Amino acid sequence: MLPKAKLWLGLVVAALMTLSTNLQAAWELNMTQGVTQISRDTYDLHMQILWWCVAIGVVVFGVMLWSIINHRKSKGAVAASFHESTKVEILWTVIPFIILILMAIPATRVLTEAYDSSESDLDIQVTGYQWRWEYRYLREDANEEEVAFYSILSTPRDQINNDLPKEEHYLLEVDKPLVIPVNKKVRFLVTSNDVIHAWWMPAFAVKKDAIPGFINEAWTIVEEPGIYRGQCAELCGLDHGFMPIVVHAVPQDEYDAWYAGQQQAAAATRAAANNVVTLSAALEQGEEIYNRICIACHQANGTGLPPAFPALAGSAVANGDVEANIRLVINGVPGTAMAAYGRQLNTVELSAIITYIRNSFGNSTGDLVQPADVNTILQEAQ
Amino acid sequence: MSAAHDDHHHGPAKGLSRWLFTTNHKDIGTLYLWFSFAMFLLGGTFAMVIRAELFQPGLQLVDPNFFNQMTTMHGLVMVFGAVMPAFVGLANWLIPMMIGAPDMALPRMNNWSFWILPFAFAMLSSTLLMDAGAPNFGWTFYAPLSTTYAPETVTFFIFAVHLMGASSIMGSINIIATVLNMRAPGMTMMKMPLFVWTWLITAYLLLAVMPVLAGVVTMMLFDVHFGTSFFNAAGGGDPVLFQHVFWFFGHPEVYIMILPAFGIISAIIPTFARKRLFGYDSMVYASASIAFLSFIVWAHHMFTVGMPIAGELFFMYATMLIAVPTGVKVFNWTATMFRGSMSFETPMLFAIAFVVLFTMGGFTGLMLAITPADFQYHDTYFVVAHFHYVLVPGAVFSIMAAAYYWLPKWTGHMYDERLGKLHFWMSFIGVNVLFFPQHFLGLAGMPRRIPDYALQFADFNWISSIGGFMFGASQLILLVVVIKCIKGGKKATAQVWEGAQGLEWTLESPAPYHTFTTPPDPKLIHAQ
Repeated sequence: MLPKAKLWLGLVVAALMTLSTNLQAAWELNMTQGVTQISRDTYDLHMQILWWCVAIGVVVFGVMLWSIINHRKSKGAVAASFHESTKVEILWTVIPFIILILMAIPATRVLTEAYDSSESDLDIQVTGYQWRWEYRYLREDANEEEVAFYSILSTPRDQINNDLPKEEHYLLEVDKPLVIPVNKKVRFLVTSNDVIHAWWMPAFAVKKDAIPGFINEAWTIVEEPGIYRGQCAELCGLDHGFMPIVVHAVPQDEYDAWYAGQQQAAAATRAAANNVVTLSAALEQGEEIYNRICIACHQANGTGLPPAFPALAGSAVANGDVEANIRLVINGVPGTAMAAYGRQLNTVELSAIITYIRNSFGNSTGDLVQPADVNTILQEAQ
Repeated sequence: MSAAHDDHHHGPAKGLSRWLFTTNHKDIGTLYLWFSFAMFLLGGTFAMVIRAELFQPGLQLVDPNFFNQMTTMHGLVMVFGAVMPAFVGLANWLIPMMIGAPDMALPRMNNWSFWILPFAFAMLSSTLLMDAGAPNFGWTFYAPLSTTYAPETVTFFIFAVHLMGASSIMGSINIIATVLNMRAPGMTMMKMPLFVWTWLITAYLLLAVMPVLAGVVTMMLFDVHFGTSFFNAAGGGDPVLFQHVFWFFGHPEVYIMILPAFGIISAIIPTFARKRLFGYDSMVYASASIAFLSFIVWAHHMFTVGMPIAGELFFMYATMLIAVPTGVKVFNWTATMFRGSMSFETPMLFAIAFVVLFTMGGFTGLMLAITPADFQYHDTYFVVAHFHYVLVPGAVFSIMAAAYYWLPKWTGHMYDERLGKLHFWMSFIGVNVLFFPQHFLGLAGMPRRIPDYALQFADFNWISSIGGFMFGASQLILLVVVIKCIKGGKKATAQVWEGAQGLEWTLESPAPYHTFTTPPDPKLIHAQ
């Protein structure tokens, strides 16, 4: 080999090696095996059917390729005259049928297991919203403090709009992940508040549609502690691509401690429902909530995407009657992406966000909405 | 007087009125094919916007709402505007010539069923220019995203779908009436070319399911405007009902877009293998079985909606069964090539690519049928790769193969073989670079219909986009080939292809404006 050619070859090999080590994750070719029995069974089914397809493909495409190479007119091939053979035709009807039966048996077994959601250790209600997930831990005792929260994309909009470099878990990170114990049967009761979403966690091989008016069941037993990432899998409108799912699977004791902490936090929030807040605190908290929830539709500068998503800057609502503004945020606008936030945010958060929009984007009402103001309207709404 | 009389009967009218008022099956076929090509370019432009946005992670070119409009319009335009009208165009041109009939059975309705389409698509496309924007709920328009939460333009979408459905129903009535009543003496059912057979079956499928589509969009219309709650859970309705009704239309629709393709491929492969089609009878029975099965598999699109396990199992088994008749077809084509005397002109290249790549789409279809595995594949790029493999190098390649195969008969000139081959190889490489990596994206966890994605999906996305641009650009070659071929080129003989069989090849090239005004000699009709 010429020295020059050797050099080039060496460079190419080196380049390929660098690529393959740097981008190993990026060049992922196959389904994850996941971390549950069901996900491994599913992976096995996937590989089994894949290999059957490869085998059939090799035979069929092989015959075709052989004919293409050898039976060409330019090589002087003369066409044979056969055009049917009952024996062969029965054979290639029966053999695929047998292969299908061989596949259907394990598929039926795995499906039966995946559908057995009985005897769970923990039940979590998963509700899809445009565009966030709500997790509600079902209690055995109604007097217990309830743990429920929203889980929202935490990737900053600046990264999505290419103004900041994208970080490792771009679009697959949330403000509050779902926390579950390992080696426990966790049942998910999946539903939706608006349009159809789908809760998908590849590592658990769980994908269930979240459908308004229905409660679907799914379950998992995660065997390894870790952070698992998934996404909404059913087109659900504007920010369908921006409602990830993150699950922390932790040992039981860690889970218990987390759960107790959440209960205390919930109690504290309830106690603060009628606290008096300052304007600066409200604006600060309001901005944080705005950037988490409102920004998708109303945009960073409050200009919205009219007509579907109206502007807040200079809007009649944000500059008009405070009480009307509070009512709109609490009750939402039916049939639009404007949800009834009275059910999603607590009074402190509601007052902060309303204060914020009434004093931002050029709106300058100077109003400071107090949690108690919100609470009054919330009570009468209920 | 007699000269005017002759003119009226033996040649087309002059100018625009020829096309507006024509009742000639060849003119209407031409209109359908040009319309389809225009829609192919329009839908392709939407696809280019999608692939450009997905070239890199992050939002670069369009906002997510416009992205959703693009995916929706791309699907609608390609399915209802490009693929279906192309097959109807081919049916118009070819069925009368293949069965020895002078024209379609219902020529005036034929004119109407075409001229509805430009209005339907003008209405649908005009939504892009409206304030509320085009439909943005996906071509499957699942309620309640497409009802309670839809942009106002949904009403235009509903009316456009009604028009497309009316056009399809009229087209299929026409084809059924023509095939059943107007076959030349000696053209028995089991001597009909497979393209006629598969279209006859397709026409029945259309007749059965287009009213279902009309029904589901009418229910949407009532939900949106008249206060009903068919699909609104808050009013006691059922969003899953939408999916059942939609897919009861939608799955046979899939076969509507592939059965005529089977007919085309069954004509082209024997021609260029210079050998009779293997297993004609089993091809007919396989097509009929596929059509029957297509009615009982719809819920395999809905494995994740939470059906009871008995339903999941039924639809899994029924779906797997489709592999048997589809396999028979692929084996028959392979057996036709085996020990043939093959040459590889452009139509044959497209036909062979069809068999290989459609089969790959069939394999992934079989994988998707396995319900537990489908839980992982569903609504990911694996599904996108699957249905694009059966629709692009499947249905679309068959249409291109047909165009190259019959162009000399239509225009009287041979097309430019060198450009044709260039078009084939660019399309073949482009389509695989475009769609093959999407299998990997789906398996790695990328959901479909998202405008932006996590970083681990970046590499296969840019590769896919490059393939997309290549595939898109190479379709302009087809336009050049067709225009060149209409304008001139080597004079085509009546036979055109050495191994071609069938009545259309007994006619001179180009085929006269009126053909088979008297029935052909029954001795010309051979078993296929």
